[in-house]
Amino acid sequence: MLPVQELSSVEDFKANILEAYPPKIAKKRARQIIVNKVENTEDVPVIMANTRTIPGIITMRGCAYAGCKGVVLGPTRDILQITHGPIGCGFYSWLTRRNQTRPTSDQDENYMTYAMSTDLQEDEIIFGGEKKLRAAVEEAVALFHPKAIGIFATCPVGLIGDDVHAVARAMEEKYPDINIFAFSCEGYKGVSQSAGHHVANNKVFTDVVGQDDTFSKPGEFKFNILGEYNIGGDAFEIERIVEDCGLTLHSTFSGNSTYQEFSSAHNVDLNVVMCHRSINYLAEMMDKKYGIPWFKVNFVGAEGTSKSLRKIAQFYQNDDLAKKTEAVIEREMVEVAKVRDDVKSRCEGKTAVLYVGGSRAHHYQDLLREIGVVTISAGYEFAHRDDYEGRKVMPSITVDADSRNIEELSVEADPARYKPRISAEERAKRESEGFEFADYHGMMPDMEDSTLIIDDCNHYELEELLDRFHPDLVCAGVKEKYVVQKRGIPMKQLHSYDYMGPFAGYKGAINFYKEIDRLLNCNAFKFTKAPWDTEPELSATYSYND
Amino acid sequence: MLLRHTPKEISERKALTINPAKTCQPVGAMYAALGIHRCLPHSHGSQGCCAYHRSALTRHYAEPIMASTSSFTEGASVFGGQSNMLESIQNIFALYDPDIIAVNTTCLSEVIGDDLKQIINRAMGDNKIPPGKTVMYASTPSFKGSHVTGYANMLSAIVQNFAVATGTRNDAITILPSFIEPSDMSEIKHIAEEMGIKYIMYPDTSDVVNAPMDGKFHMYPKGGTTKELIRQSGDSRRAIALGRVGVFPAAQLLDTKCKVKTDILDLPIGITATDTFVDTLRKIAGVTVPESINDERGRLVDVLCDKAQYVYGKKVSLMGDPDTLFGLAQFCKDAGMQVLHVVTGTPAGAKWDRRVKELLGDGTIVKSGAQADLFYLHQLMQNDKPDLLFGNTYCKYIARDMDIPLIRTAFPIYDRMGHSYFPITGYRGGLHLLIKVLDAFMDRQDRDAPEEKFELVM
Ligand code: SF4
Ligand code: SF4
Repeated sequence: MLPVQELSSVEDFKANILEAYPPKIAKKRARQIIVNKVENTEDVPVIMANTRTIPGIITMRGCAYAGCKGVVLGPTRDILQITHGPIGCGFYSWLTRRNQTRPTSDQDENYMTYAMSTDLQEDEIIFGGEKKLRAAVEEAVALFHPKAIGIFATCPVGLIGDDVHAVARAMEEKYPDINIFAFSCEGYKGVSQSAGHHVANNKVFTDVVGQDDTFSKPGEFKFNILGEYNIGGDAFEIERIVEDCGLTLHSTFSGNSTYQEFSSAHNVDLNVVMCHRSINYLAEMMDKKYGIPWFKVNFVGAEGTSKSLRKIAQFYQNDDLAKKTEAVIEREMVEVAKVRDDVKSRCEGKTAVLYVGGSRAHHYQDLLREIGVVTISAGYEFAHRDDYEGRKVMPSITVDADSRNIEELSVEADPARYKPRISAEERAKRESEGFEFADYHGMMPDMEDSTLIIDDCNHYELEELLDRFHPDLVCAGVKEKYVVQKRGIPMKQLHSYDYMGPFAGYKGAINFYKEIDRLLNCNAFKFTKAPWDTEPELSATYSYND
Repeated sequence: MLLRHTPKEISERKALTINPAKTCQPVGAMYAALGIHRCLPHSHGSQGCCAYHRSALTRHYAEPIMASTSSFTEGASVFGGQSNMLESIQNIFALYDPDIIAVNTTCLSEVIGDDLKQIINRAMGDNKIPPGKTVMYASTPSFKGSHVTGYANMLSAIVQNFAVATGTRNDAITILPSFIEPSDMSEIKHIAEEMGIKYIMYPDTSDVVNAPMDGKFHMYPKGGTTKELIRQSGDSRRAIALGRVGVFPAAQLLDTKCKVKTDILDLPIGITATDTFVDTLRKIAGVTVPESINDERGRLVDVLCDKAQYVYGKKVSLMGDPDTLFGLAQFCKDAGMQVLHVVTGTPAGAKWDRRVKELLGDGTIVKSGAQADLFYLHQLMQNDKPDLLFGNTYCKYIARDMDIPLIRTAFPIYDRMGHSYFPITGYRGGLHLLIKVLDAFMDRQDRDAPEEKFELVM
C-alpha cells in the first residue's frame, strides 16, 4: 500500500479550509473534517455527522422525501406510488435513479415508468389537499387496480397539515383488498435524505413486512438482502451468484422487488445488509420482532463478494452449501483475477477521493484497492457517526432536535411469530468464535491513517481539495460531476454509475476495473489543454514576406 | 411494453397527474438566473428542491450547475426562513463572491409566507450585502404554473431589479427570449449580429451552460448578460419578446416601467416565425436584410423543397413548453406535416390554446394545464397513431411502446447530446431541425423497406 498524504499537509489543508469560513461555521466544520487515525483497537477519532447543512452552502445533499420515495420505495415495481404535493418533487424522482427491474412476465405489474402526483394547486394549498388526495387514490385504483399504494408527503403538505395517514386509512377501508399506507417524509425533516430512509423503514416495517405468512420461495437457505437498490443491475448479478451457491434470495429491499416479497419477507432465516445507513433500522426491527438475525455484507469488490458469500454459507453451517460456495468463488475469480491484474498494471498508485451517499464511499474503496488505486479522502452526504466510526458508538450519539422528529418505533417480539433462527446460546457461542451479528465497523477503521474524512463535504471544500491534492479520480454524484471534469479530472458517478453497471459481484468488479482503467487511461482528458497552451509563448511572429 | 398499464380508453381525471408534462417553477427561475453574468441562483426553502433542480439542469446540460440553498430544517419551516436567508447571504458572499444572488422561492417558503423583500432590506440594513452587489428575488410557488412560469417570473424580476430608464434613449434593441436552449440564444444573437443590429439580450445562457472545457472550473463562466447591459435595456429604443407565455410578463413590465415599446413575437422556429422575426428587426432598425441571412433562409427552403416528399402529410404529436410548441406547430405546418396532438402541462391559458387551434385547425387536439400529461398524450396517440413524436426524454417510453421515432425538443433531455450546441431557432436551426426530422423518417423507411424497395438514392 502506498503512503497517503503527509500528515502535516493534511492538517495544514484543513486549517486553510477553515480560514475562509465565518468563525461559527469554522468551528462546526472543524468537527466534520477529520484526519483519520486508526488505533490498534480500531478506535477512530470522533466525527460530527448528521447535523444541519449550513445555509447558503452549495451542498451535495438532498431531502427526506428523496430518501424515502426516491431511495427506499422507488425501486419497488408493483407498489403504486403517489406523491402528494406540487408537481416538482414527483417529477424529479421519476426514473432518475435508474433502479432496474425485470417483471417475471408481461402480465406483471410494473409501475416504475409512472410518476403520479396530486399536482397541488394554490386553492388546495389554501383550503387543504386531502380531498384531492382521496380523489387521486380513487382514480389510481380505477385505472391500475394495484395491490398496494404508497403516499408520500412533500414539504408544503406537511405545513398545511394534510393528514396523509388518515386519508390512507379511509381509502383502505373503501378498498380493503389494497394495502394503502402513507409516509410523512416531508423534505424538511431531519437534515438530509437520511431522515427519509428512517421514515420509510418504519412504515415498511409496520404496514408491509409481516402481512403475508403463507408465501415463501422454495429452497433450503432463504435470506433477504437489505439496502441493495439494483442500480445498473447490481441485484441481478448478486442474485445470479447466490443462486449458483444454492441460496434463495427471497427479497431485495428494494431492488427489483415486489410487494409480495416484502410482505412475506419475515418468512426467511437471515437478513444481510448492504447499505447500512439506509436500512439498518429494518434489519434491527425484524430481528427483534421475528428473531431474524442480520449481519453486514458487501458485494462490492471481488474480495468483498467472496467474503460475504463465505459468511452467509457459514451462517447456515451446511457443508454442501460451503462447498458449492467455494466452487462458485473459484470459478468466478479466474476471469476476475485476469482482468484485475491487467488493469492494475496501469492504475496502481493512482489516487481517488469519494463523496457519496451513505455506504458506497466505503464499499467502493475495496474495488479501487483491488486495482491499486488509493483513496486519499472520503466522506458521506447523509451518514451518521456509526457509518464512519462503527455501530459501537450508537449509544453515545446524542439525539438533537432534527432527529427527534423522526419516529423511533419501539418493537417487541411478536407473540405468535417470534422464532429465533438460532438460539441465544448458539448466537453467543458463534459470537465468541468471532462471527459478528448486528454489527458494522464503519468506514474509518478501513481507511489509512492521515486520510481526510469529510462529512457533508460541500462544493467549496471539494474545489480546495482538488487544488491541493490533485487526485486522479473523483467519485461523487451528478451535481459534482462536471465541476470535477471541467478541470480535466475524470469523475465517476457512484449513484447512477454513469448509466453503466452492474458494479456489484464478480461481473460487476470486472466492469468496474475496466471502467476505471478507461477513465484513468483514455485519451479524452489529455486534450483538455491545447498544444499552444502547454508550449511557451513564441517570442516573435514569423512572416512569409520577411 | 414499458407503459403497459396505460389503457387506450380515455377516462376523465380530476385529481391525479400521471407522468407530468411540466415541472416546477424554481428550475425555470434558476435557468433564467444562470443567463445573467456572475449571478448565483439561490433556492429559498429545503435543500431537497435545490438538489433536484440542480440535478435536473445538470443532467440536461451535462455542465456544472451552481446554486445555493437556505437548507431549511423543521425549525425554519415553522418559525420562518429569515435567519436562514440572512445567514445564506453572508456565507454566499464570503465563499462564492457573486455579483448577484438571484433568489427563487419554493413551495415551502411560499406557504410559510416568508417576505423576501423585507428580508433583503434587512440584510441591506445590516450591511450583509457588500457594496455593488445585489440580492434579488422572484416569487416562484410551484403550486401555480410550471417551470416556464418560473422562468417568466425570474425574467420579470430581472427587469424589475435592473432595467432603468434614465430618460436618454440608446440605440439598442432589447431582445427577451423565452425558455430556450443556449444554442438557440446564440442563434438569435447571430441573426441580430448579421443584420448589424445593436442589441441587448437577456437572459443569455450561451457560454454558461454550454461552456467549453479548458482544464479549469469556472464558477461564473464567461457568458451571461451583464448587469450593466440589463440596466441599459431600460433605455433601449425598442424591445422584442420572443415567445409569449415565458416572456409576456417581463415584456409588459419593461414597457410600463421603462416605457420601452415591445413587439411580442413567437419564437423564431421554422421559416414563417423566423421571417417575422427578421422582418421585424429589419423594420424597427431600418436595415436591409443582408445576403448572408437570405442565404441561410434559402438553404432551408432549398432542402425543404428537395425533400418535402418525405415529410408531407406525415402525422405528428407534439409535447413540450408552450412557446416552443407554437413554433414547432408552425414548423410542422410549413413542412406540410399534420399535427394530431399538442400537449403541455404548463397552464398556458385559453388564448394559447385558441391560437394553436387557429393555426392548426379543428382536427388537432390541444390540451394544456391540469391533467395534460404524458399519460393522456399516450392515450391520444393510441387512438390516433402519429408517425413522429416531438417531446422530452420521458417521451422515449411512449415512442418505444408505439414504435415511432422521437425528436427531442423539450425540457428535460437527459439522454442525448446536441440540444445545447445546435439550435432549432432561426434558419440555420430550422435546417438542423428539418434534417433531424428527415433522418428520422428516412431511417425508418430504410429500416422497414422490403429488399426490392431499399433505395440507394433518396
Ligand atoms: S416543493 Fe415545490 S419547489 Fe420544491 S421541488 Fe417540489 S414542487 Fe418544486
Ligand atoms: S419540497 Fe420538500 S420534499 Fe419536495 S423536493 Fe423540496 S425538500 Fe424535498
